[in-house]
Order: sequence, then C-alpha cells, then structure tokens
Amino acid sequence: MPTINDILILLPEFYLVAAACLLLLLDAFMKSEQRPLLHWISIAVLLVAIYLVIAGQPEQAITAFGGMFVRDDVAEILKVFALGTTAMVFVYARPYLIDRKLLGGEFYTLMIFAVIGIMLLVSAGNLVTVYLGLELLSLSSYALVALNRDAKLPPEAAIKYFVLGALASGMLLYGMSMVYGASGMGGTPSLDLAQLHNVMSYTTAPTLLLFGLIFMIVGIGFKLGAAPFHMWIPDVYQGAPTPVTTFIASGSKLAAFGMAYRLLDAGMGDLSHHWQLMLAVLAVASLAIGNLVAIVQTNLKRMLAYSTISHMGYLLLGLSAAGPEGYAAAMFYAICYALMGVAAFGVMLALTRAGFECEEIADLKGLNQKSPWMAFLMLLAMFSLAGVPPLFGFWAKVLVLEAAIHANMLWLAIVGIVFAIIGLYYYLYVVKVMYFDKPAEDSALQVQRDKPLRVVLSLNALSLLVLGMYWGPLLGWCRRAFGL
Amino acid sequence: MFNHLLSLLIWLPVVGAIPVLLAGAARPNLARWLSMLVAVLTFVVSLFLLLQYNADAGGMQLAESYLWIASWGVHYGLAVDGISVALIVMTTFVGILVIAGAWEVIQDKPHQYMAAMLMLEGLLIGVFCATDALLFYALFEAILIPMFILIGIWGGPRRVYATLKFFIYTFFGSVFMLIALLYLYQKAHTFDLATLAALPLTFKEQAWIFFAFLIAFAIKVPMVPVHTWLPDAHVEAPTGGSVVLAAVMLKVGTYGMLRFILPIVPDAGAHFAWLIIALSLIAIVYIGYVALVQEDMKKLVAYSSVAHMGFVTLGIFIAFALVREQGSTDMALLGMQGAMIQMISHGFVSGAMFTCIGVMYDRLHTRQIKDYGGVINVMPWFGFFYVLFAMANCGLPGTSGFVGEFMVILASFAANPWIALFAAFTLIIGAAYTLWLVKRVLWGEITNPHVAEMKEINGRETFVLVAFAAAVLALGIWPQPLVHLMDSSVSQLVRQLAIHKI
Repeated sequence: MPTINDILILLPEFYLVAAACLLLLLDAFMKSEQRPLLHWISIAVLLVAIYLVIAGQPEQAITAFGGMFVRDDVAEILKVFALGTTAMVFVYARPYLIDRKLLGGEFYTLMIFAVIGIMLLVSAGNLVTVYLGLELLSLSSYALVALNRDAKLPPEAAIKYFVLGALASGMLLYGMSMVYGASGMGGTPSLDLAQLHNVMSYTTAPTLLLFGLIFMIVGIGFKLGAAPFHMWIPDVYQGAPTPVTTFIASGSKLAAFGMAYRLLDAGMGDLSHHWQLMLAVLAVASLAIGNLVAIVQTNLKRMLAYSTISHMGYLLLGLSAAGPEGYAAAMFYAICYALMGVAAFGVMLALTRAGFECEEIADLKGLNQKSPWMAFLMLLAMFSLAGVPPLFGFWAKVLVLEAAIHANMLWLAIVGIVFAIIGLYYYLYVVKVMYFDKPAEDSALQVQRDKPLRVVLSLNALSLLVLGMYWGPLLGWCRRAFGL
Repeated sequence: MFNHLLSLLIWLPVVGAIPVLLAGAARPNLARWLSMLVAVLTFVVSLFLLLQYNADAGGMQLAESYLWIASWGVHYGLAVDGISVALIVMTTFVGILVIAGAWEVIQDKPHQYMAAMLMLEGLLIGVFCATDALLFYALFEAILIPMFILIGIWGGPRRVYATLKFFIYTFFGSVFMLIALLYLYQKAHTFDLATLAALPLTFKEQAWIFFAFLIAFAIKVPMVPVHTWLPDAHVEAPTGGSVVLAAVMLKVGTYGMLRFILPIVPDAGAHFAWLIIALSLIAIVYIGYVALVQEDMKKLVAYSSVAHMGFVTLGIFIAFALVREQGSTDMALLGMQGAMIQMISHGFVSGAMFTCIGVMYDRLHTRQIKDYGGVINVMPWFGFFYVLFAMANCGLPGTSGFVGEFMVILASFAANPWIALFAAFTLIIGAAYTLWLVKRVLWGEITNPHVAEMKEINGRETFVLVAFAAAVLALGIWPQPLVHLMDSSVSQLVRQLAIHKI
C-alpha cells in the first residue's frame, strides 16, 4: 500500500503530471491571443520542478513504491539537466513556433510528458518502471515529431520513428520477459532490478538470461541511437521540427544513459563481463558509422544526427568500462553532449525564421560577416563537439577514454581517438563555411530578434567554454553519484 | 603580483583580446591600438619575468599551483626555467611585431585578426610554462583554434585546404600523446610532469610512449617525413600567421621534446636517438635541396625552416648519444645549448624572413620569385635588411644563425664526424638557396614593370625590421646573456639524460 512518504518521494513527478494536465486545460480555455502566455508558464513549471528535485534531494538513495522507484544522486543529476535543457529548448523554440503557428498547448504538454517519462526512466528500480518511463517518453516524442502535420517531412519521420521505436520497445519487452523467466527458474520470479542483480548465480536457465540481456541491449541501443540501431536517427532529426530535434538530442540522450545504467548496472551488473564486449562492439560501430557518414552530409541536421551517433559511441566507451569510473565518465559525457547539442541546434533555431529554414550547411555561409556573435557561438559548439580543448567536449572525451584505458581496453580508446580525428573534419567544415566563405548574394541569413533566445543561447554556448576551463565540480558530482 | 606573474602573462593577452573584439569592425583603429597596447604590456610583463628569474639558481621558478580538477588531482601548475623564459620573451617580442606588421595590411575584420593573434600569443606562453601534462596538452591543442581561423580567413587562395590540412595533421599527431598521457596517469595517478619524470617504466612501455610523444612533437617541429603540412600552411597563411607559426609555434614541438621525451622516457629516447639524428640529417640535407628548387619565396623559407629545425632536434638527440654512449657531458651540454640558441635564433630569423616576404607581397601581391628582380633599385633600405636576414639565415658569423648551428656541429663532431659532415652541409646548401633567392629577388635588372613602382618601406615596416635586425645581431655578436639565462636549465636537462629509469 503506497504511503504518503512514497508520494512525497515522487513529488516532482506528480507535480509535473498535475502541471501538464493543468496546461492542457488552460490551453483549452484560453483565448487565442493569450496563448503565448503558455510559453512562460511552461518554463516556470520546469523551473519549479528543478527546484523541487534539488530541494527534495535525499541524503542517500531512497526507494518508493516497494523499490519501483529509486531516488539517488544519479537520478537527481540527470533530472536536473533534463529539465534544464528542456527549459532551454522552450526558450529557443518560441520564435520558431510563433513563425510556424505551432505555439500552443500541444507542444508544451507533450514536452512535459516526455520529461516525466525521462524522470521515471532514470529513476527506475523495476523493469516495469523502465518500460513505463520509456513508453511515456517515446509516445510523446512520436507525437512531437509529427507536430507540424501539414509539412511533408515530419509525418514521414514520425511514422518511421514510431515503427522502429515500437519494434525496439517490443525487443526490450521480450528481453525483459526472458530475464523475468530466467529469474523464476531456480528462485522467485522478480521484476525488481535490485533483485535481478544476482540472477546469474542461481538461475537454472543462464542461456535464457543471456538472450534476455541481448534483447535488452537492442532496446538500449535503439534508444541511444547506437549503430547498428541508428537507422531512425538521421530521418527523425531531419524531419522533426528543429525544437523537437533539439529535445531528442539533449534530454532524450540523458534518459537513454539513465536507462542503460539502470538496466545494465543495477539489473544485469553480474553479467558485466558479457555486456562489456557487446557495448564495445556497439561503440566501435557507432564511432565508425557516425563519423564516416557525417562527412558526406550537406544537411546540417543530418550531419548533427550522424555526429550524435558517433557521440553515443563515446558514451558507450564509458559505459562499457562497466565500473563507477566509467559510469561517471559516461554521465559526464551525456550531460556534456546535451549541452553541446542544445547549443548547436539553438544557433540553427536562432537563424530560422518565417519562410526560411536554416538546415543546410551552406545556409551558414559567411555567418561571421552577418553576425559575428552567432558565428562565434556556433564555433564554440562545433569545436566542443569535435573535442578540441579548452572546450567542454574535449574533457568529456578525455574522461571516457581514461575510463576505457582504466578498464584495460586500450584498443577501444585508440579506436575512439582515431575516429575523433576523422570526425574533426566535418565540424571544421562548418566553421569553414561560417568563417572562410563569403555570404551568398541572396543570403537569407538573419538572426532572430528574440531577446531571451539570444541571451540564453549565448550563456549556453559560453558555458561550453567556461565548463571547459572549470569542469572539476561537475566531474565531482558525477563521481560522487557513483560513490567515488 | 610577482606571485602570479606567469598567470598574468598568459591571461593578459587572452583577456585583452576581448575588448579588441568588442571594438568591432566599426572602429578598426581602436582595435589596432588596443591590441598594440595589450601586446606591449605583455612584453613589459615578460621583461619583468626576465628580471625576476634567477638564472644562476636554475630549476623551475616562479611556480604557481592550484588544484584544478580535484577528483583527478590535476593542477593548474605553472613554472619556468631558463629555456621557458627565453621562449616567452621571444614570443612577446614577436607578438608586438606581428601586430605592428599587420597594422594597415589587414583591412578585412582587423579586430578579429588582432584578437586571434593575442589569444594565440597567450596560449603559446601558457604552453611554455605549464608544469602539468594535462594543462600542457590542453593549451598545446587550443593553439590550433586561433591559428586555424587566422589562416582560414586572412590566408591566400588555397587557404581552406591549407588550414584544414594544418589542423587535422597536427591534431592527428597530438591525440596519440593524449593516450600516452592517460596511460601514464593510470600508473602515476597524477599529471604532474616532475612526478611523471620520476616514474619507473619498462623499456617496452617507454618505447610506446616515446613514439606517441614523438609523433605529436615531430609533426609540430616539423620533422621529415611529417613536415608536409608546413609548406602549405606557411604559403597560405597571412604574413603575421607565418611569422608566429615559424617563430614560435614550431618551437612548441622541440620544447615538448625537452619537457616530455627527455625526462619521462629517457631510455627509449636514448635507444631511438639514432632515428631522430637520421631524420634531422635528412631534414638538413634533403630539405635543403628541396628549398633550393622552390619558385615560391614563402615556400623556400618554409622549407629552410624545416632544415633549421633539424638542427634543434639534432642538437637535442646528439646530446643523448653523447651522454649515454660516451659519457661526455661537456659536449652534450654544448649540443643542447646549441639547440636552444638555434631555437631562439630561428625564431627571429624566420620571423624576419617572413616579414620581408610579407612586405614585398603587400606591394606586388605575388610570392613567385620570377616576378621579382632588381628590387634593390627601388627599395634600397629594404634590400639592406633583406640581405642581413638572408645572411643570418645561412648562418653567417656575427648573426644569430651562426652560433647555434656551430655549436651543434661541434657537438656532433664529438659524437661522430660523419654526422658533423652531413650537418655541415647546411653551410653550403643554406648559403646556396638563400643567396640565390637574394640574387633573383634583389639584384639584377628590373624586368617586371610593377617592380619599378614598388615603394620603399614605410616607418612602420622599418620599425618591425629594425627590431628583428637588432635581435638577430645582438644574439649573433653577444650570445652570452642568452647562454647564461639557459645555462643552468640546460645542464639540468643534460644531467637528466644520464638517469636510467629501467
């Protein structure tokens, strides 16, 4: 029987559910000229949620609803950054949504539901909660991708995302059922991740368990967008409205890391020597496919999509180290990637306006001439993504490489670094287009005048520089979260 | 203030670049004067450093150390020895001259140009003081960003190709060094260079780490056969970019060898010294011949840079051979000192050569040797300086070019006369390509009518060239202060060479 204490532990989540429902009602009863208010209300909702998460932070890990829900430092950090990046997405999205007449309750409510999904996912203590969180996040995302339903690409992307996503969810569920079955052979069947931890030691069906593990890794791979489960990424990134892409590239990745950590470490930690190599293979494949294919892209969104795939390869480098060091590095990487992704897409949103979609790399031609500041912000994002010091992305790479070397996988670190060199090219190419090319005669480049967008975007991109010079505290949090 | 002298030196130009950027395209003159102010201030601070540094005591001085990343034990650690001080003063000196040199030459976004230059200067100074390997690496890589922008925006027609090649090539080299550093971190749990120097390593480990370091630094120096980015980058870079590239950035490679290869992997260094010596000799002889046939002035000087940097690497590794095989510390000291002086001297000479080419390029907009001829008739003062620097480039006694090369050749003779013989080839080849260049550009009849319209150097250009000439002559006639400055640090390095780590 749930107690009041259980509910208090889930206060931020319950609060968000209530707020999202309220937003829906508000949207329904608001006059259309008051609709823009929804934007500020939604941001306030997220900020309050951040406050609730931080204020209610427990001293040590606590569980609610009989272990279904875990509230520990890992979950707290991921939640804060997921909420924060989503709030940034809201700020960046406003001019875009206004220009395309999409500003309304649907966007904000769906986004908030997706965030609730993320929060459940990263706090999951049970296979059911994992699935619940994942589906809430995914279903909201499918709908968000199709938000601009009159355009050509979004519905196509949404269908693709939905079909592949449903397949991956099925795989995950299938794997979970096998794990559940294996746990029942020789013991009491359980869906609780903490209890699943040592199934391997007593189960009479280890093969079944391993099969379950493989299917679960397929599900994780899909959510991360790691090769060879990456097929949806480029189409969805390109087809989705840019704010939604931004969300998928930031909050969603934090969720994917949380899900992988919960399932693999809490649930399948005993099998780490099995899944370590599987993740290493996924990492190498992602690094190779992501970096090589990104080189030939001409569409910036697609290029960033392939770059995401390669970045998930680096994240997997840390995960496959299978130890607190590796997890801390991977979480640091996920946070770093979320911030870089939001900044890069944020610049695209700042350059997009009514009737002009900034999404080809060539659209950025001569940006330094038109707006040196925007070009500089994009430069920071690009060099950070490429992993050039002193920017944030460099240190994230150093950490995962160190984790891989620490776990005696020097070869994996070398593969990682070789692909970092290859990846360098397409990021530099963007800088080249912005700085070394003259703007086209009919260049339609123009920066959005929206003040909040400019200010937050500037802070966002500059944070890559500041965190690149002072990343100690963040690393400290990440390490403490994993008990280091 | 003296406790934070090094931080001040690094951050003054980096932070000073911000107001320069803010001055914006609308106020180019403000940007120019601001950047000049910052550069001069930095130079003055570096002179303070020179005064504060106690050359007799030697060792690492003026140390600053703050815990930077607590959970990794990474320190923001800075300190200088004589070699660093010399390089820093050279950097700040060249810093003023490139800003003066770009004054009205750079018309397109001068504020961005100046700001990039200042940032580059600050980062380079940082490289020369870092005592923490991770900090060193971060700065070592960060240099690439402003240089990438400098070549890419203000470079020549093939600038995009050149700058991408430059960036990716150098990045390629240094990432292996990163892996080596992370490996060392696993063993030592610190990135502190002094601790890493004391870390025992097996020969196999040393060999791998040696090659990881070598590829990073060899590309920066650049050594044969990984020098191919240099001619492209030099040719396409704007004059100021070429000057900084040749004068300061190449030294980062040899400086890294002193700080990383020598102390951390001395046994592997000694074992593979023959390889470096061989590559250096190839650079001196073969690249000298390559320089001879160039038709582009900048390319010619770029190749001659490779040849001259060959002397630096030769001097460093001949010291290895001398100490380990013959136990002759005196000769090793001579070789090492020669290498250090060559580093500083090449900074001034190559910087001056590129400035001269820049002066001609600004007037005629071509770098082809065949487009010139008879320049001395219209620009006698310019010709005077050009000949002076050309003489220094081929190592005429009395100029700075002579001192270092002579010392390295002497040391090589002690190691093996054959090495000295090949190294001494430079005296012929160097003279050949430089003098032939002078002959084709300065002397003779004016064949190109545009040459007849070239204007004599103006006050600003004269200032830059006089400054370079003063440095070149001072070091050539009276190198003693420089030798004294670096003496105790160099002896310490040579003592380190003798320490076995296995």
